[in-house]
Amino acid sequence: MTVAVITFGGSNCDRDAVRSLAHVGVEAERVWHEDGLPADVDGVVLPGGFSYGDYLRAGAMAAHSPIMRDVRDAADDGVPVLGVCNGAQIGCESKLTPGAFTTNASARFQCESVHLRVERADTPWTAAYDAGDVVEIPIAHGEGRFEITEERYDDLVAEDRVLFRYCDSAGNITEKANPNGSRGNVAGILGERESVAVMMPHPERATLPDLGRSVDGQGVLSAFV
Amino acid sequence: MTTYTATVTVRLKRGVLDPEAETTKRALERLGFELSALRSADQFEIDLDADSADEAEARVDEMAERLLANPTIHDYDVGVTEA
Repeated sequence: MTVAVITFGGSNCDRDAVRSLAHVGVEAERVWHEDGLPADVDGVVLPGGFSYGDYLRAGAMAAHSPIMRDVRDAADDGVPVLGVCNGAQIGCESKLTPGAFTTNASARFQCESVHLRVERADTPWTAAYDAGDVVEIPIAHGEGRFEITEERYDDLVAEDRVLFRYCDSAGNITEKANPNGSRGNVAGILGERESVAVMMPHPERATLPDLGRSVDGQGVLSAFV
Repeated sequence: MTTYTATVTVRLKRGVLDPEAETTKRALERLGFELSALRSADQFEIDLDADSADEAEARVDEMAERLLANPTIHDYDVGVTEA
């Protein structure tokens, strides 16, 4: 089982992702985007960071880099693909997932631990949890506000494609618990296939016990096991 | 072939929150200016050779649709003039 963690110029969570995947027993390696996606990968992670300096819009440049064609083909073949933070922005910009992640309502970069409510537990990404569980995973982004037209948001909900919502520690979905103004407190969503997911919080930063904080992110990464 | 300059203006759709514009508005107010609203937009100028203004506009429209704007949150205008 080898997962490709794709490094773009400006990615900076790629090493963390490899280490955290190794911790949950998943062999992973960084792949430089210009080298293309190895043919035999069993999974893809689009890591966090600031690919191409967030030029134009966060994720917009990386979304159109040639390797993303390989990633889309792999996703169409059922290969699991996870986009985290900048990887989530790339996922939406490349239309792997619907909507867009744009400037936080606060207009500030926010780096903090947040609570997420697991909306579905019957996906590879959330099989380690129960629906309604509250997990603690950090965010670190300036452009994490999930935006989508009302009509498409309704479709997303009707299709049950919301994975995580920002909540308080008791699991209540409130405006106060919404760190960035995301529509519906959405923190993570599924693509058209359940094997494709993007999320703004960083599961790889909540995996290694040595960090002395929540390890709730392990469940997400365990999808690749 | 004629050289045209296309101007693409990309702005957030009405109703989409623009925290940067809000922050800029507040900063102007702190400077003592009176204003009722502020909207921001990105503008791109593109020089290109085309057989007609219509062709130039069609090509630039596709550029806006596929990269310069994100249709989920943006509206855009394309204007074409002879360079």
